[in-house]
Amino acid sequence: MAEMNLLQAINSALDLAMKADEQVLCFGEDVGQFGGVFRASSQLQEKYGSDRCFNTPLTEQGIVGFANGLAAQGMRPVAEVQFADYIFPAFDQIVNETAKYRYRSGNQFDVGSLTIRTPYGGGIHGGLYHSQSPEAYFTHTPGLKIVVPRNPYQAKGLLLASIQDDDPVLFFEPKRLYRAAVGDVPEDAYTLPLSKAEIVREGQDLTLVAWGAQVEVAEAAAQQASESGIECEVIDLRTLLPWDSDTIAESVRKTGRLIVTHEAPRTSGFGAEICATLQEMCFLSLESPIMRVTGLDTPFPLALEKEYLPNALKLVDAIHDSLNY
Amino acid sequence: MSDQRHWAEHQVNQPVFSDSLQQAIPTFCVLQTDGQVYPDATMPDIDQSLAQKIYRTSCFIRALDERMLASQRQGRISFYMTETGEEAADIGSCAALTDDDLIMGQYREQGALAFRGFTVDQFMNQIFSNEQDLGKGRQMPVHYGSRELNYMTISSPLTTQLPQAAGYAYGMKLRGQSSCVICYFGEGAASEGDFHAALNMAAVKHAPVIFFCRNNGYAISTPAHEQYAGDGIASRGPGYGIRTIRVDGNDMLAVLKATQDARAYAVESQKPVLIEAMTYRLGAHSSSDDPTGYRSRKEEQLWRHKDPVERFKLWLMAQGWWDEAQDQALKEEYRQSVSNAMKRAEKIPAPHLRDLVTDVYQQVPAHLEAQFASLEAHIQRHPEAYPKTAGRLHHG
Repeated sequence: MAEMNLLQAINSALDLAMKADEQVLCFGEDVGQFGGVFRASSQLQEKYGSDRCFNTPLTEQGIVGFANGLAAQGMRPVAEVQFADYIFPAFDQIVNETAKYRYRSGNQFDVGSLTIRTPYGGGIHGGLYHSQSPEAYFTHTPGLKIVVPRNPYQAKGLLLASIQDDDPVLFFEPKRLYRAAVGDVPEDAYTLPLSKAEIVREGQDLTLVAWGAQVEVAEAAAQQASESGIECEVIDLRTLLPWDSDTIAESVRKTGRLIVTHEAPRTSGFGAEICATLQEMCFLSLESPIMRVTGLDTPFPLALEKEYLPNALKLVDAIHDSLNY
Repeated sequence: MSDQRHWAEHQVNQPVFSDSLQQAIPTFCVLQTDGQVYPDATMPDIDQSLAQKIYRTSCFIRALDERMLASQRQGRISFYMTETGEEAADIGSCAALTDDDLIMGQYREQGALAFRGFTVDQFMNQIFSNEQDLGKGRQMPVHYGSRELNYMTISSPLTTQLPQAAGYAYGMKLRGQSSCVICYFGEGAASEGDFHAALNMAAVKHAPVIFFCRNNGYAISTPAHEQYAGDGIASRGPGYGIRTIRVDGNDMLAVLKATQDARAYAVESQKPVLIEAMTYRLGAHSSSDDPTGYRSRKEEQLWRHKDPVERFKLWLMAQGWWDEAQDQALKEEYRQSVSNAMKRAEKIPAPHLRDLVTDVYQQVPAHLEAQFASLEAHIQRHPEAYPKTAGRLHHG
């Protein structure tokens, strides 16, 4: 075990993946000698050479297209998009190409070895284009897997699992926690299962579902609620596609109440999918409407970031609303 | 380390604007329209057997295209795209490659696939999207692919294959393979952002890929002069630091020679090459298009006179490698084989229902299994509404 922050855990995962398999490549803007603008790929070029860890020209569609080609060829590319806000130029390559490669070719060709890493989320005064949480644009796309870790231990285990997985994975990293989240992480390689949610706090009064940096907010809200005698069960979804509805359903059948929280705007956010599915699965167990505590349906603002974000206090209000329904 | 080249050494003290039209890229030609080789032209490496294979493939594609377009008009298939007039571009270039080289196409390169050995039945099974189709009946007609023949499955979004070709070729380089990727696209596709991304990435990362542009004058109804204002596509190559050549795309020998040289350069130097083949789309864009709305018969006639297949035939006959009797027999043989294969493919059933949900992921995930079970139960309740699949639900 070693104490690592979330960036160090990601760097450790990349290092181990490149060491174990020489077909693993890391590339993107400023990823090479500089080691990435957040330093996630620090020292990798020095250790594995500039053929396997390199800078690309500044073109997101080029990075993902190039990565698709490498993956189709059988290499194991880990492409970085500098901010999730800038993944949209690659949207076509991801949605029309990456996601459909295996299906459209009748499984003659695939890009299953591809992983795309990208920092996402707000709370860092990033304004409109350094704060977005675009996961729901991609959860609407069959063929992709979407993974979001919440802490250093999760980040390393889930990233190693994503790199090894034989389907393409979009790996969203909560950049607010890059240096803020610190914890014990095994120095050796290990994996955590994809498509498996994790109960991070047990409770019997209400179920709270979150992912990524928002899990910490949900845990803080659960702690505050607990002080007034309400015990929330907090679930980290971890994988958004294909997602683990069974773990949530089991919890909701016990608690009878569900709140979903995410930073992204409410309308058509992934919370909507969870609400719709869980009311189908748990209709007879629900004692109040399923609620969502999310970002507003606005672009992500700079000065009023605190007002915009779904913080613990907003969650506690919603918890009381649900209990008092 | 910052690399600003040696700009200071080329300093001038008067304003000098550069203009690509003043430095127009020449067009490489070998074969005249009467089948005679230009006196000083450099010939490709070609023998009788290769020449005949190229010609046979061209004739097969003509037979396939003619019959399939007619079938679409009869409503027997949903969609089709011919490559009439452009056979020299894809077949002539493909003939310069080895079987280890990967082909990535746009959609008008069925000739390259036929040259590689895709059978008439394989073509038909894809077009009729039956259960024998290698793509499992999921894509529209002419979206072919063959792992066995190193021909990447075609997709509809234009130009997406270009940056992929750069990545694929880079992987070949890392593995130390002495092979390359050839990546076909039209001049319209070259206006997409992926063209820019791909050429720049391939040049910077030294990827052994041949970017092969079929400049046939039109992107559906849009003429080339509404597509770009520069000297075609070729003039862009040097801007990316890519070795570039423009070739007469209706000249089988020029295309073959240019691609042979390009391949040698790409594989030996591990760098990309750009070829622009100037040709003309003699047919409609697709079975959903009627070109009489946007171009003249006179223009088409002018290009019919430059027919690449006829021109090559004249050269073959001048070599003593072909005659009219052989020609008639071959064309009749292909008409028959296409017609027979079509009848066979029409009788093969549609893909099994299960093929709807497999290959989305490597394994069918639980939520998709649940959707499949629900669909299956629905079809069992209403079998008359789903004649393609209802009778075979338990055979999948």
